[in-house]
Amino acid sequence: MKSAVILFPGSNREPDVVDAIERSTGRKPAIVWHRETELPDVDLIVLPGGFSYGDYLRTGAIAARSPIMNEIRRRAERGTPVIGICNGFQILCEAGLLPGVLLPNASLKFICKDVYLRVETSQSLFTNRYATGQVIRVPVAHHDGNYFADDATLDRMEQRGQIAFRYCDPDGNVTPEANCNGSARNIAGVFNETKNVLGLMPHPEDATDPVLGSVDGRPLFDALAEAMA
Amino acid sequence: MSRTSPTPKARRPDDLMGLTPEEYDRAIAILGREPTLTELGIFSVMWSEHCSYKSSKKWLKQLPTKAPWVICGPGENAGVIDIGDGLAAVFKMESHNHPSFIEPYQGAATGVGGILRDVFTMGARPIANMNALRFGDPSHPKTRHLVAGVVAGIGGYGNCVGVPTVGGETNFDPSYNGNCLVNAMTVGIAPADRIFYSAAAGPGNPVVYVGAKTGRDGIHGATMASAEFDEKSEEKRPTVQVGDPFTEKLLIEACLELMATDAIVAIQDMGAAGLTSSSVEMAGKGGLGIELDLDRVPTREAGMTAYEIMLSESQERMLMILKPGREDVAARIFAKYELDCAVIGKVTTTGRLVVKKNGKVEADMPVGPMVTQSPEYDRPWVRTPARPVLEADAVPAHDPGQALKTLMASPDLCSRRWIWEQYDYLVRGHTVQRPGGDAAVVRVPGTHKGLAITTDCTPRYCYADPETGGAQAVAETWRNLTAVGARPLAITDNMNFGNPERPEIMGQFVGCIEGMRKACLALDYPVVSGNVSLYNETQGQAILPTPTIGGVGVVDDVTKTMGLAFQRPGDTIILIGETRGWLGQSLYFRELCRDHAVAREVWAPPPVDLAAERRNGDLVRALIGAGMVSACHDLSDGGLLVGLAEMALAGGFGFAIDIADAVPLHAFLFGEDQGRYVVTSADADTVLDRARAAGVPATVLGRTTAEPRLTLNGAVLISVEELRAAHESWLPAFMAAP
Repeated sequence: MKSAVILFPGSNREPDVVDAIERSTGRKPAIVWHRETELPDVDLIVLPGGFSYGDYLRTGAIAARSPIMNEIRRRAERGTPVIGICNGFQILCEAGLLPGVLLPNASLKFICKDVYLRVETSQSLFTNRYATGQVIRVPVAHHDGNYFADDATLDRMEQRGQIAFRYCDPDGNVTPEANCNGSARNIAGVFNETKNVLGLMPHPEDATDPVLGSVDGRPLFDALAEAMA
Repeated sequence: MSRTSPTPKARRPDDLMGLTPEEYDRAIAILGREPTLTELGIFSVMWSEHCSYKSSKKWLKQLPTKAPWVICGPGENAGVIDIGDGLAAVFKMESHNHPSFIEPYQGAATGVGGILRDVFTMGARPIANMNALRFGDPSHPKTRHLVAGVVAGIGGYGNCVGVPTVGGETNFDPSYNGNCLVNAMTVGIAPADRIFYSAAAGPGNPVVYVGAKTGRDGIHGATMASAEFDEKSEEKRPTVQVGDPFTEKLLIEACLELMATDAIVAIQDMGAAGLTSSSVEMAGKGGLGIELDLDRVPTREAGMTAYEIMLSESQERMLMILKPGREDVAARIFAKYELDCAVIGKVTTTGRLVVKKNGKVEADMPVGPMVTQSPEYDRPWVRTPARPVLEADAVPAHDPGQALKTLMASPDLCSRRWIWEQYDYLVRGHTVQRPGGDAAVVRVPGTHKGLAITTDCTPRYCYADPETGGAQAVAETWRNLTAVGARPLAITDNMNFGNPERPEIMGQFVGCIEGMRKACLALDYPVVSGNVSLYNETQGQAILPTPTIGGVGVVDDVTKTMGLAFQRPGDTIILIGETRGWLGQSLYFRELCRDHAVAREVWAPPPVDLAAERRNGDLVRALIGAGMVSACHDLSDGGLLVGLAEMALAGGFGFAIDIADAVPLHAFLFGEDQGRYVVTSADADTVLDRARAAGVPATVLGRTTAEPRLTLNGAVLISVEELRAAHESWLPAFMAAP
């Protein structure tokens, strides 16, 4: 599988996702600087976590206007899988590739800890190695992960199966206590309508190595590796 | 050249900018004339306590700094040690105490930024941050504000630059009411043969400024950090710098990219005293001169004077000397990251720092004498008087379960989760041992090794007996590294004290250094970098002496990293080391005996037997390496029962122990005797045999249990859940209070 990881000024979690992709595919992704206007021939585009442009103005807002984003939009429209993690999710929302927006956490504090996610659907090329309803443990690390969209949009997304992950307790119950950042309907990750673009706040890439405490993120990268093989 | 109007010595300027009259006269002798305003500013910051170490130098020289694995000891931006595989660990700890008290968010944030620059200046990729924080009494009106601001500042900066903040320590004591301590440590990794140094070389080579623009912030920050606070300290807010972690992130990437080329001759970050100290240090170390044209310095606003530009402590700036003709290489890389890059001068053979602005010479001073003839004081000191030993029988015996619950919910022992969850401790994907363990462990990228990192100091011991406290701080870091299975290699020290002009404070400093020296020698554990912060004093009230130690060790196989959590029921619990039940200066004494007559005295802290420390630690490390241990925890604050309780909380299992000892029970359970560990094992006989062979005391205490309860001599003390609730609730409740 050939993949590209996009680097914006202030991206900082690219080593994590590069390692995760390499663990699942045996190949290192290409690194593409945000000023580029073209992408190599790839099967997967990754927008990594970090603080693009220091989160100044609004998280992801400036990066969403980077030159490379036009090419990413074109590729996404043609069906190339795109995954945005954390700041990557924020950028995809700001770029209009995903519905909704990420607000500051309800606590107004940065939060770094392991959380439990319920996999809402296994019907996607990102999640087909999980069972629907499966509970996985992965970390979050963000200040602005509070997912918001209006109710009509959320209802539509639910009908179309666009909810990928929700924050839950260890038993899979979607509760207010399990909602670490105040997200609407406990949403942790969403698809676009055609389900080839995924954005999520948690970091499955930091849960792909037993020595780091969890391998629950591994099936996501394994699924991509298999789909693109 | 432009000059202030000459004044006879009898009529020194009213404002000597923190220099003493004698120091001012010394500056005149070096120059052979009156200094200009800019020159006076340069002397002032270069000879400030913060930059010159004038009160501490004499004593710092006594610390052991050499070992076969030391590549670079104190004197550069950070210490460098060989960790094998052609790699080096680069690390240092530095204080940002004064600024953090005045403006906690920016003070702490720029403390992190500054220590990061010290490490990547040497060619290292930062892989971990730590911090050691001390705050005043929780009931003091300023404490909550300082905790909130400092923690947010550390997180705000570290999270954005993408370096994991993997641990640290936080203590509360009324002596810090007027001076909080923020000690930040960074550890980086570099190829052992690609370390960058700061000595200027090559007359004619371009001096290049990179990074953020220079503004009017932090002017005279180093001078501010070298004085006591008084009731007007709030007015010093303009001396605090403002950090921009986004620019720092770009600066890290740009510098490391440039370092991968062969363009750089020398590099130095602009930290305290900004352009002044960076240029003076580079020229001084190279025995050369530097000429600067300040009109070429990128500035944030027009009309800045030479004085302001030389003294600004604007953040995220570096000074480099490049090989001739390589300016374009640097310009291209810095343009990619949209950072400034400007040739602002050149290396000369004159040995002088010459500063020009608008075509006028604003400073022309000999670098060598400014450095070699900088003031050095042998300040008068008095030895801290010896304290009496507190006999266990004189200390009230409380119910062990109640006492444990009180201690585990006390400000110094409660869970720090509220703090560390605001830090990204995972970014870059190599954090093996997360915050909350004895030491953090971060995998060295591309290897199977891990670096173990810890910071420790027990100021209440240092206050009662500086020598013992200094030794204990070093030994505790060594013990914490050992407890995760690491080989301790070297330390960085951050010496935080009050006003050195008071002989009793200077005596604390001298005593701590002596204890540290002995511990470093006994443990083969040299000092490779450090920082001194004096004048942590407000209206005559000094902080407790706080020589914070940052220790670094190597775990050879990161998958064998040892943790403190009980792993399963049925393991045998074994206490390693000797227990006499030492309650003097213990947390039990402080938290539970407040209303008792003994609380009015200061008592001798637990003695540190360095030979036993080494013997015990070497045994524990060998047991971990041989796979005979399932969990391991060092015993320190709070003693044995607190240590066991922490292991139970981390693992979610209970324990049942039986103690029938000659020592009074409360002293056995809560005494803070040094050099001890608790290990659990499925093979107790082998552990005991190995201990016997090594001449190390080892005592079976009991077993881990599936029932989540803490049981002592057949009686249940408390459930794990009740203990957890008490342990986790204090800090969030404190911070949420109105």
